[in-house]
Amino acid sequence: MAVDLVPADSTPVPAPFRRKREDHWLVRGGLTLATLAIIGVLIVIPVVSVFSQALANGAGVYWDNLVGNADTRHSILLTATVAPVAVAMNLVFGVAAAWAIARFRFRGRTLLITLIDLPFSVSPVVAGLVFVLLFGAQGYFGPWLRDHGYQVIFATPGLVLATAFVTFPFVARELIPVLEAIGPEEELAARSLGASGWQMFWRITLPNIKWGVLYGVILCNARAMGEFGAVYVVSGRITGQTDTMPLRVEKLFQEYNSPASFALASILTLLALVTLFVKVGLERHARPKPEQPEGARP
Amino acid sequence: MSIRVANVSKQFSGFKALDRVTVDVPEGELLALLGPSGSGKTTLLRIIAGLDFPDEGSVVAYQSDVTRQSARERNVGFVFQHYALFRHMSVFENVAFGLRVRGWKNGEVRARVCELLSLVKLESLERRYPDQLSGGQRQRVALARALAARPHVLLLDEPFGALDARVRTELRQWLRRLHDENPVTTVFVTHDQEEAFEVADRVVVMNQGRVQQEGTPDEVFEHPASPFVMDFLGQVNVFHGRLQEGKAIVGGVELDCPAGFAHRDEGPARVYIRPHEVDIETTPNGSGRLPARVTHVNSAGALTRVQVQIIEIGMEISVELSKDRSAELALKKGDAVFVAPRRVRVFAPAPEYSI
Repeated sequence: MAVDLVPADSTPVPAPFRRKREDHWLVRGGLTLATLAIIGVLIVIPVVSVFSQALANGAGVYWDNLVGNADTRHSILLTATVAPVAVAMNLVFGVAAAWAIARFRFRGRTLLITLIDLPFSVSPVVAGLVFVLLFGAQGYFGPWLRDHGYQVIFATPGLVLATAFVTFPFVARELIPVLEAIGPEEELAARSLGASGWQMFWRITLPNIKWGVLYGVILCNARAMGEFGAVYVVSGRITGQTDTMPLRVEKLFQEYNSPASFALASILTLLALVTLFVKVGLERHARPKPEQPEGARP
Repeated sequence: MSIRVANVSKQFSGFKALDRVTVDVPEGELLALLGPSGSGKTTLLRIIAGLDFPDEGSVVAYQSDVTRQSARERNVGFVFQHYALFRHMSVFENVAFGLRVRGWKNGEVRARVCELLSLVKLESLERRYPDQLSGGQRQRVALARALAARPHVLLLDEPFGALDARVRTELRQWLRRLHDENPVTTVFVTHDQEEAFEVADRVVVMNQGRVQQEGTPDEVFEHPASPFVMDFLGQVNVFHGRLQEGKAIVGGVELDCPAGFAHRDEGPARVYIRPHEVDIETTPNGSGRLPARVTHVNSAGALTRVQVQIIEIGMEISVELSKDRSAELALKKGDAVFVAPRRVRVFAPAPEYSI
């Protein structure tokens, strides 16, 4: 790939102000162009077209498509409810699981690590079906739940469960390496200084991992808002009741209401872009700093 | 507060970290746990602190059994090997932590922290964060933090291990002075015999989860109880010789065994000679002299270190001579000399240990 600018047999030229080996401009230009072309086709054009389609009939129609339709409004509200609840569940679970895995060696630890990753490898549709099997009218817990007045499937609790399942790994996955890099010494020090378990967690552990937590929450939230497959199965797709934003986008599209569909899609895209920027901003905090060799400096 | 560790055993997945260890620490004593890595000294320290719990045995502090009490209840100060300072807290907050979790009022906290920071001479750095401090400063913050809540016992895990040589020496002397002025019962762990001897009132030598010997630095150094202790406490020359009629035979030369040496058996024995307990002579005066040849002379430092090869057995040994003595002898490589051990220690063979 590299093209030698200096012929191999030439005597060394004194102090050329250029690295001896540098890729030819054609190679550099070609690679850059290819990359840009791929990014353009796969990412930039689709993202731009979402917004251009959404705004094709002007800002007024765009606004009306978003706010004027009660079902669309409801889908936005529903997503704004389901995603935070699912994220909160995974936050509590993720911190607890990451701490247990990073700090203790116990029987079944490897199994737990593997299970945490399961939602990444299982198709969301399968996950949704499992929840229907468990909590649906004919499911294992369905009749009991119905008799006690709870509806899970085709209702918000089912959406939360399905979303939480799919976004399960984000927080824990993010925190395990952070906790392992920080090590248990500070926590032990806190204990030896008389801190209770809670005092240790709130004053030492959490401040040390807060950027990692935030980072995990942001990723988890992005995925939770965009979740389609599992939610599709458990929602029953009841317009104005169980349609989340992604489901509503698809439904509008199927109804040949492209402008409305793209308007809602543009909101999802916007949220994704915001998430991305926040993530990039956090990235340098979230990565644990390389451990200073203790006492390296006198 | 006095501490008594009685018959403590601890296993880690089949590995015996501590094997029926008993150690007494009287009130106000500065005790060193000395041993190679893996000897169980840190485990013992953590058990005293309540950061780890023994499988068997008990820890008694000031007449009451605290074996099952947590670190919080025991009120000990622990200084970790790598200090474990809270990286997101300033020096002030680090020292204040133990007071805040115990619910001290703000004013009291400030007064106590200032008192401690002046004790460790870090008043001007209270706003700094741990990563803005040097190793020695971090060490002092860790010490101040451990002392803040007026612990009954201060425990230090390899307190000077991560520091460079000069800072280490300063801090050793400083710790000794601090203890003299403020005699909290203190236990520290080290693998460095010099450090243990310089700082501690009493030394407990450990190996493979057992106490090998305990006593004052003098006692332990002058009367090592086992080949392990002999080997561990600094450089030593080891000969494989024989015991015969109360004398040790090395390379055909009879050496006087130490007075009161109880081992009356005859047979193979290990003979230990410390480098500074040997003299070199240029002429053979008297018995117990081993003919040798000088192979190396290093006169840099306070002592002159000479390597000589014992001709009869071909073994090289180290000898340390005072400057005056080495000037008198004016040794150089290749000289034929006679080695005169002033003091030998003999142990029965087949001691199973490793360093």
